[in-house]
Amino acid sequence: IMCASAKYNTRGPALIPRMKTKHRIYYITLFSIVLLGLIATGMFQFWPHSIESSSDWTVEKRSVHDVPVVKLPADSPIPERGDLSCRMHTCFDVYRCGFNPKNKIKVYIYSLKKYVDEYGTLVSNTISREYNELLTAISDSEFYTDDVNRACLFVPSIDVLNQNTLRIKETAQALAQLSRWDRGTNHLLFNMLPGGPPDYNTALDVPRDRALLAGGGFSTWTYRQGYDVSIPVYSPLSGEVDLPERGPGPRRYFILSSQMALHPEYRLELEALQAENGESVLILDKCTNLSDGVPAVRKRCYKNQVFDYPQVLQESTFCVVLRGARLGQAVLSDVLQAGCVPVIIADSYILPFSEVLDWKRASVVIPEEKMPEMYSILQSIPQRQIEEMQRQARWFWEAYFRSMKAIALATLQIINDRIYPYAAISYEEWNDPPAVKWSSVSNPLFLPLIPPQSQGFTAVVLTYDRVESLFRVITEVSKVPSLSKLLVVWNNQNKNPPEDSLWPKIRVPLKVVRTAENKLSNRFFPYDEIETEAVLAIDDDIIMLTSDELQFGYEVWREFPDRLVGYPGRLHLWDHEMNKWKYESEWTNEVSMVLTGAAFYHKYFNYLYTYKMPGDIKNWVDAHMNCEDIAMNFLVANVTGKSVIKVTPRKKFKCPECTAIDGLSLDQTHMVERSECINKFASVFGTMPLKVVEHRADPVLYKDDFPEKLKSFPNIGSL
Amino acid sequence: MQTRKKYIFLTFLASWLLLFFFGGDQLRRFAFFSGRKAEAQRNWPRWTDRALLKSFADPEELQRDGDPSLLSPRERRAAWLSVYRSSRCRMETCFDFSRCERHGFKVFTYPQERGQPVSETYGKILSSIEHSRYHTLNPEEACLFILSIDTLDRDHLSGQYIRDVDEKIRSFPLWNGGRNHLIFNLYSGTWPSYTGELGFDIGQAILAKASFDTKNFRPGFDVSIPLFSKDHPQRGGDRGWLYQDSVPPKKKYLLVFKGKRYLTGIGSGTRNALHHIHNGKDIISLTTCKHGKDWEKHKDVRCDRDNIDYERFDYQELLHNSTFCIVPRGRRLGSFRFLEALQAACIPVLLSDGWELPFAEAIDWGKAAVVGSERLLLQIPSTVRCIHPERVLAFQQQTQFLWDAYFSSVDKIVHTTLEIIKDRLSPHRSRSRFLWNTLPGGLLVLPDFSTHLGDFPFYYLQHGYSPSKKFTAFIRAVSQAESLSQPILRLIQAVSGSQYCAQIVVLWSCEKPPPPSRKWPQSAVPLTIIQGRRKLSNRFFPFEAIQTDAVLSLDEDTSLSTSEVDFAFLVWRSFPERIVGFPTQSHFWDPEQGRWGYTSKWTNELSIILTTAAFYHRYYHSLFTEYLPAGLQELVDGLAACEDILMNVLVAAVTKLPPIKVTQRKQHKEAVAQQAECRDGAAGTLPPGQQSPSAPHSASAKLKGTAGSRRFSQRQDCLNQLADWFGYMPLVSSQLRLDPVLFKDQVSVLRKKYPSLEK
Repeated sequence: IMCASAKYNTRGPALIPRMKTKHRIYYITLFSIVLLGLIATGMFQFWPHSIESSSDWTVEKRSVHDVPVVKLPADSPIPERGDLSCRMHTCFDVYRCGFNPKNKIKVYIYSLKKYVDEYGTLVSNTISREYNELLTAISDSEFYTDDVNRACLFVPSIDVLNQNTLRIKETAQALAQLSRWDRGTNHLLFNMLPGGPPDYNTALDVPRDRALLAGGGFSTWTYRQGYDVSIPVYSPLSGEVDLPERGPGPRRYFILSSQMALHPEYRLELEALQAENGESVLILDKCTNLSDGVPAVRKRCYKNQVFDYPQVLQESTFCVVLRGARLGQAVLSDVLQAGCVPVIIADSYILPFSEVLDWKRASVVIPEEKMPEMYSILQSIPQRQIEEMQRQARWFWEAYFRSMKAIALATLQIINDRIYPYAAISYEEWNDPPAVKWSSVSNPLFLPLIPPQSQGFTAVVLTYDRVESLFRVITEVSKVPSLSKLLVVWNNQNKNPPEDSLWPKIRVPLKVVRTAENKLSNRFFPYDEIETEAVLAIDDDIIMLTSDELQFGYEVWREFPDRLVGYPGRLHLWDHEMNKWKYESEWTNEVSMVLTGAAFYHKYFNYLYTYKMPGDIKNWVDAHMNCEDIAMNFLVANVTGKSVIKVTPRKKFKCPECTAIDGLSLDQTHMVERSECINKFASVFGTMPLKVVEHRADPVLYKDDFPEKLKSFPNIGSL
Repeated sequence: MQTRKKYIFLTFLASWLLLFFFGGDQLRRFAFFSGRKAEAQRNWPRWTDRALLKSFADPEELQRDGDPSLLSPRERRAAWLSVYRSSRCRMETCFDFSRCERHGFKVFTYPQERGQPVSETYGKILSSIEHSRYHTLNPEEACLFILSIDTLDRDHLSGQYIRDVDEKIRSFPLWNGGRNHLIFNLYSGTWPSYTGELGFDIGQAILAKASFDTKNFRPGFDVSIPLFSKDHPQRGGDRGWLYQDSVPPKKKYLLVFKGKRYLTGIGSGTRNALHHIHNGKDIISLTTCKHGKDWEKHKDVRCDRDNIDYERFDYQELLHNSTFCIVPRGRRLGSFRFLEALQAACIPVLLSDGWELPFAEAIDWGKAAVVGSERLLLQIPSTVRCIHPERVLAFQQQTQFLWDAYFSSVDKIVHTTLEIIKDRLSPHRSRSRFLWNTLPGGLLVLPDFSTHLGDFPFYYLQHGYSPSKKFTAFIRAVSQAESLSQPILRLIQAVSGSQYCAQIVVLWSCEKPPPPSRKWPQSAVPLTIIQGRRKLSNRFFPFEAIQTDAVLSLDEDTSLSTSEVDFAFLVWRSFPERIVGFPTQSHFWDPEQGRWGYTSKWTNELSIILTTAAFYHRYYHSLFTEYLPAGLQELVDGLAACEDILMNVLVAAVTKLPPIKVTQRKQHKEAVAQQAECRDGAAGTLPPGQQSPSAPHSASAKLKGTAGSRRFSQRQDCLNQLADWFGYMPLVSSQLRLDPVLFKDQVSVLRKKYPSLEK
């Protein structure tokens, strides 16, 4: 079976042999045949099917009142009551979902029907606006299939969002006669207002057998963990009122309660809080003397003061969400929209999407018993955390509460994640608001491991044709105790590498890789031949580094395996006159980059450079034949959020006496080019990931008054 | 060669064409024509009158939410107490929160009764609790109770099964129907059904049980624990086996399993099918039916052949060399394999339907394991093949983190259980899921310190925070002099000269009262004096006066310059989770004595930074005082010079990383004469100048006087006792020192930001 995701090529850049002319003609002919075949197939596929399917299209423009009517005989079967022991492995038929490369479940929606009983009376309202929106969202989503045979999940078009608008027994009968009902297996019902007077059950009372329930207002006793999905109660105000997001900062009230139908007992407790803490607590109620035409749902009153709802919610830091007759409250959605931190007081309530959302980051849950302590509990929360909770609350609303579409898609995604757990959406993706996703880093090498010294490192030398210099580098590097292999990347396609017998004899394996094209990025390719974690990238003219210097570099890398560890450091600066970044190679007190002419780094970054480099940077570098080291510095800093480590005093690679050969002008164009690279990369990354530091790493006893022969790295080199 | 290629190419072409013409119908459904298909889909109709549809609920109805129910909230909660009991227990109905309010979260263990056998494992569990900071001897102040009766093995065919538990517990006056009790169990039920049957009525007690079935699990009340063997270490524990991060994983095998095959009975469904995925190459799935007394009776045709294969592979070798490990259910849902795979960084592929995964209330297993379905066993190979190498790498690292944070010792398992329960008591002061699943893990993060991630040293990068831009200088003064000594005056001056210094706090650890405020030097930053206790551990008490993230810990006789402080602080901002400081010491393993050695000589390595001059995060004060068990604190207070080693050990145990040494001016000549101190014996830590440049092995001989050598041996002692307490040696060595970029370079002094460090 083909994997859709895993396209990790372990081979190096392929060698493309020059085709002989004879073969070329042959291949071209073949290619044309394939092309023709493809076109023919396309035509063949296209024609008949489109005619066939167009017949259904005429029904598109219809009214909900024109849908077929189904009469339910009084004795038609009723499903069993919901089975409380249902779990995915007992009540769900995974075989229907199959293994598919996209890891997406397929959802089928039954077509809309109007159900009447024997006497022709309607069983329920045909469909509500919200349920219609929900079904439209599903049908527009990637999950949708119109083929009932390929579906994994079935969504009835029978609207059970509000239990009070339907007749329980008849609705159950209507469910039971759905064509693929089969005891409700793999059927998903959406319900937001469960139960009815007087005892308000916390789950839909309609008998539904094995059907999954996406319900608003579950309690821990009715919620089947890992089977049902807890969803919010949608607030229609979400669509009507536009509350712009408010920035962090103090708000007028500390605690606000806006619910209208509170139990008197709760109201007493809230009023006691208000009496104790004064004006920072605001307890609102319905307005009694509103003039006609003002919708009561949009106003709240405290004594004679009238407030606009839900706007008033933005005036408070915390907003109380108390249980009413039901556990799930639409006010939760309004509160989140206002960026007010919900204080949830509803024992046993299963919070919406609690399977994936970390509510501790967006809300405060207080046991009903502890209501009198609410004020002090909330006071103990640090201000910075409150601001984050406000942001988080707003983000939850935007992502998962805002519309029926958001609710529907989150529900399906949760079920999808259960069926394909290995492709599930991560905690961070569910919970981190965009601002956090943007500013945070998740280091791919997060485990603090100090790689064993015995592993050693692989030196990778990129070379073109400077054989003599290359051989010197090889000889020098081979003296480093921890070198475990040497890899020469032969980047010259026009010339063969020297014969085996001519290479220096060294104590570790030496491999030569030939490349297909003379590209700079070849130096950062994750060659299979690199078997160690540590890579030493080294140019074919770096002969000035001492063995101690290199060995020490490796030791430092072991302590910082997720960083670039290099010798000469460079700096980026903000040029205030030009309003852009500038590259700095002067000997400054700060570093933000190291040159990769000689640098240690983790092999993983080769993989990232080759396959995950953002934008067109990789090609750009290859085209300009410059700045591959800056690109690597950007990449590593961006993914780890950490600075480079500069080791030893080394400031440059050229020997001090051989400067000024190329002249100043060349030097200047070089600087301009490098500056341009920084600006280009910063714009592609959308940020400046490089971190400036003022330190470098030296051996513990560097330049200390201590016998040199007892030092581990006595010969650490010079500038 | 060329002709062969040609033929291959032709065949490929022909089959391609054939596929298109004849298999076109199936292909059409795949991506090839998806663009066109989207149009042809019969979507949910766009009703012409959809704008006229009524809302699912009238807005007023929504906001009113029915009638206020007749039952008052208080009555309803009272009614719950009688309805939701035993199998439907929840914290709000079966747990008495009021017991935990006055004295906090205290755990009482029933005293051992004579003649009451306790298995080795249960002994370890009890000992973990008794050594924890939550333990109390007074049942009056307890919030949670643990039985002395061994309830781990409730398989009544087992030798360790204890009879008449019901009668025994009912005779306990504290039992109270099991309220606020925590019961540990590893094995329940017996052949053939292995149900969750415990053989006694646990009533309203919380059950911490291995192999928990979701069906019997009371969510938010019970705790699912891992199955661990009786050899599981009490504390410390072995580290994980992942030594390198490689992409793609360089392991010999992709997926392995080696274990019993059940021919009949519960669990045989999966165990009897495992051999199907064996391919002999990268997927090794070996089963044997050779188990139990009468296996030959049930034996089938595969058995003999399988048994031969089975012997050919070594389980340990497979564990070490595979990327994924199948962890199927046994007779019970959980198996030892789970922890074995976790430790081996062999990503567990769970095939155990209905298993409530260990600590799933806190741990996000989706980040460390592949939760498969027993029914889809045959899809497992293709599933794991399709997991992207980057994800494999993340999985492997997460297994190691989880293993080390929650599973590697009995202590950790027990503490995780307790912390999960503790978190339920005050939801607003509990750990978020993020904390549990991110390094360094929930046990090392104290929600009582703060619930804000930015207040901890661990999450700056993950959440885009940065540590505060100022530090608090925290000076401990022990000198007995009437007036302030010269060194402390100089120190205050140097420190307050730093642009990053927010405040100076002096901990006056002497019985004499501190000099009046007019005697203290005038400095640019506020100076606070705290009267401390004489205990050595008092130095790391989380004083409220410390208000910045960074603490610069100093002794009164420390000699530092402003630029040293500035530079060190900037370095600390790059490594806020570590100790960053000046004088260092190191530890080493002394194979001759078979114990840890300690040296203050100049060496090429370092692993301890003296807290006489070091930056660290203020959270470590809280961790030191609140997290470490009382026994350890007593140990430190008893020894003369151990508290700074303990601090280093603690930080190393949390971060698994070495501390960072920064450069320091040479100042042997300045070595301050030992101050007259208000404590007897050898007190105060070694001033930096006392390090002498001599070879490490002539260690103790050269130390001056008996006080010096006593101190030295005490520190060595301390090191070994701490290693004992932690169960391993947490200290990590480093070979580097951080210097300013132009340190001692031959460039103009004018260029250098910290020229004075080079003197």
